[in-house]
Amino acid sequence: MAQMTMIQAVTNALDLELGRDESVLLFGEDVGQSGGVFRATDGLQKKYGDQRVFDTPLAESGIGGLATGLAIQGFRPVMEIQFFGFVFETFDEIAGQAARMRFRSGERYTCPITYRAPFGGGVKTPEMHADSLEGLLLQTPGLKVVIPSNPYDAKGLLIASIRDNDPVFFLEHMKLYRSMRQEVPEEWYSIELGRANVVRPGKDLTVVAYGAMVHTATKAADEWAKTRGIEAEVIDLRTISPFDIETIVASVKKTHRAIVLQEAQKSAGAAAEIVAQINEHAIYHLEGPVLRVTAPDTVYPFGLIEDEWLPTPGRVQAAFDAAMKS
Amino acid sequence: MSAVLEKPMSMTLRVLDEEGRVVNRDLMPKLTDQQLRNLMRKMVFTRVWDGRAVKLTRQGRLGFYAPVAGQEASMIGSEAATERDDFLLPSYRDIPQAVWHGWPMYQAFLYSRGHQHGGQFPKDVHVLMPQIIIGAQIVQAAGVALGFKLRGEDRVAFTYIGDGGTSQGDFYEGINFAGAYQAPAVFIIQNNQFAISVPVRLQTAADSLAKKADAAGVPNVQVDGMDVLAVYAATRQAVDRARAGGGPSVIETITFRYGPHTMSGDDPMRYRTKDMEAEWKEKDPLVRFRKYLEGLSLWSVEDEERVVEEANTAVKDALEQADRYPAMTVSALIDTMFETLPADLLAQREQFAGEGK
Repeated sequence: MAQMTMIQAVTNALDLELGRDESVLLFGEDVGQSGGVFRATDGLQKKYGDQRVFDTPLAESGIGGLATGLAIQGFRPVMEIQFFGFVFETFDEIAGQAARMRFRSGERYTCPITYRAPFGGGVKTPEMHADSLEGLLLQTPGLKVVIPSNPYDAKGLLIASIRDNDPVFFLEHMKLYRSMRQEVPEEWYSIELGRANVVRPGKDLTVVAYGAMVHTATKAADEWAKTRGIEAEVIDLRTISPFDIETIVASVKKTHRAIVLQEAQKSAGAAAEIVAQINEHAIYHLEGPVLRVTAPDTVYPFGLIEDEWLPTPGRVQAAFDAAMKS
Repeated sequence: MSAVLEKPMSMTLRVLDEEGRVVNRDLMPKLTDQQLRNLMRKMVFTRVWDGRAVKLTRQGRLGFYAPVAGQEASMIGSEAATERDDFLLPSYRDIPQAVWHGWPMYQAFLYSRGHQHGGQFPKDVHVLMPQIIIGAQIVQAAGVALGFKLRGEDRVAFTYIGDGGTSQGDFYEGINFAGAYQAPAVFIIQNNQFAISVPVRLQTAADSLAKKADAAGVPNVQVDGMDVLAVYAATRQAVDRARAGGGPSVIETITFRYGPHTMSGDDPMRYRTKDMEAEWKEKDPLVRFRKYLEGLSLWSVEDEERVVEEANTAVKDALEQADRYPAMTVSALIDTMFETLPADLLAQREQFAGEGK
């Protein structure tokens, strides 16, 4: 088995899918000759040719329209939005068009499109690159949203996303691209969408997270176990739409306490929906309110202050404290 | 010499003048007598059907409807130049092209009413649901056309937009993508002078909407949209070139809608005059083509009456078929959100199972 970074796992998944299914096409800005600004598509144009892996003109709505048009003609497009912050330019093609296609046509047409985009804070990007806009996607019926936290999951989830016969938004956290290596099998495998993973078992507190926040949560939980002997259970959602409420509820029934972590701003996002569903399914098992650790409700800040703006270990610890007091 | 040149004059191509006289033999398309008669039949049929649809909308028997009278030459002349396997991406007014391309009329009526079955095109009908978002069909047409090119299929994607739609970013993006990939697409701008109420002169400083394609390196032409032979000739050339691997084209048809924007409350008298309407009716596409065909003894009063009867019967039958179609349910709609429903949506489906009672 090979040690891979997340970016290598992504490339490997794309390579395998291009190799096994001729209808898979890869396109976006700079993904061909250059292999992508993060090298996610490195070498793939050379291997599969410029009819399968190709550069597009610099216009996100055009790229989105290309994907929709190709999808209704039976292709399986994997399109890259160079940074997630550019999604506004093509939001109609995703939310207004592809995600509604199956419904509008009574299943005559479908859009098995995978939208890949890097996002996430902590790497000092210019504005509109790091924003966690996944909340917008959660409000889009017909669209699935996947956010892996490690190389192994990234590969299996990306393959499952490409295989899915409905549009899937696959978000890749930039801070995770090269910050960790993991054993990743080189052969094809997929991880079912919509299934969470309990990455750290515990009996005292449920911590729900996704993407880079999984690592923040796990670190905080390890710290707590060492210093206070309190065992937090950390759940990595992996897919945030639809998300695995079953696994969360099973955990809450055991721990009776829960907090939710997200990099995004506090209001009306993934965490809000998770809290609402915990209330619907498990409120009588709770000892206290489900708390959120999030960024404040401002626009994404300038690079010099982003580490303070994002959920810090200190704020996570404070939430642990508050949850355990109830 | 100035580095910035004066605007070039654009020229509008036509084959027939208002009196049905041939003014440009070079552009005359090669059509059999039967094909010529069929163009007339489709235009008369569409005019009758449009009149019925307007009335049915007022009676509440149809839902959303955008009248087409005045634009028959532009719509039918262009669609007639395509093949059945070519893929149509219509906008909301382009219902006639979709029906002549194979969309059963009763489904078009169900679409108008807001029934999901409207968009369930038969497998051998290559049409997408009418686009509501101005310009989205243009970027999608580039994708459909690229798909044909990648597969080596000799099919063409063709799509329609209005004059106002050419102000939209997606219009530029779509024609530019098609040009960059030399994809087999034909983009037809139906310039009917008003985007709801806003006239072309407020949309752009360009003196021709077709010329906007120059910036994308896409061949383009402006034709008299009240002249069915000019529209056919231009579209045929564009379609043939696209099919032969020669890339995309943009065609602007200069036309006019006699009716309101839609049947949902628009009053054209707020933004145009009776005189202007009368002026355009002088150019009527049916009158002109009828004169031309009568001159060749290819059209008679009896022909006209037969088509009127044919159209009325077709509308009546389609309406009855639409009426008979089963009602929708919310739970059945939920089933078409995903191939496999997630647990939470399944639970919501259960909640709606006893709906409407």
